Amino acid sequence: MSGGHAELPVAARVRALEERMIAAGLTTDAELEEILAGVYASASPVNGARMVARAWTDPAYRDRLLADGNAAAAELGFAAGARGYLLKVVENTPAVHNVIVCTLCSCYPTSLLGPSPSWYKSFAYRSRVVREPRAVLAEFGLELPEDTQIRVWDANSETRYLVLPLPPESADGLDEDALASLVSRNGLIGTAAR
Amino acid sequence: MVTRVTGTAGTTGMARFAAGDRVRARPADPDGHTRLPGYVRGHVGEVLEVRATWALPDETVRGVSRPEPVYAVRFGAAELWGSGRHSVILDLWESYLEDA
Repeated sequence: MSGGHAELPVAARVRALEERMIAAGLTTDAELEEILAGVYASASPVNGARMVARAWTDPAYRDRLLADGNAAAAELGFAAGARGYLLKVVENTPAVHNVIVCTLCSCYPTSLLGPSPSWYKSFAYRSRVVREPRAVLAEFGLELPEDTQIRVWDANSETRYLVLPLPPESADGLDEDALASLVSRNGLIGTAAR
Repeated sequence: MVTRVTGTAGTTGMARFAAGDRVRARPADPDGHTRLPGYVRGHVGEVLEVRATWALPDETVRGVSRPEPVYAVRFGAAELWGSGRHSVILDLWESYLEDA
């Protein structure tokens, strides 16, 4: 459940689960610490934004990004998580808008987007965005034209998704750094235009 | 730690389904762990592509390694919910699917 007061019991449950796994010899405190430190040291939406900005300025990179997300991320020095998820980049067009979710839990390309927001992990988002995406996006402030087709990608396996938003209309004359600063985490999830 | 089996689409030479096939997500409500979400069970979708070969999670949690093809399958909102014009795409292991 989302909400500050609910985090205490959840944190206790997580620790209890960790202790059981450590007692069973499946992992160690040191291993968990190392994984988390490695993930959060470099995990940030700045990484996903950099990939998007490169795709906006370099059509060949855009093609590679759509064909093989993992390789394209690696080109810029970004790894696909500690255990290697399959990265699929889905491109927004004037006709199609993409939005991602994990209905079963909260799977998410952390290494490219940073830690996931509370709303992404909420039952409300996970249950509603597959059922009524247009209404959910409107609640985020994103009103899409009626004839824009919405595709909802549910990351229920080893696949993780990243949205490639539409570039801004005033993209000409902006360098890659400037373009990257225009890309938000919500744009990479699909709950914002970019 | 549990070992995941990862492969490329090229290794799925024995894949039962192909892009364009109509498939039905099995309606069963299995005991134990599964990655087949409830909202697609019993519904018909279209295979977009073969994603990879991965171990079936339902078996992995039992200590059994059973790699099989995994498919990206698209479902229409009208099929899933009775209304709506959007699509929902998710990955389904071959064991989760039957012919439609």
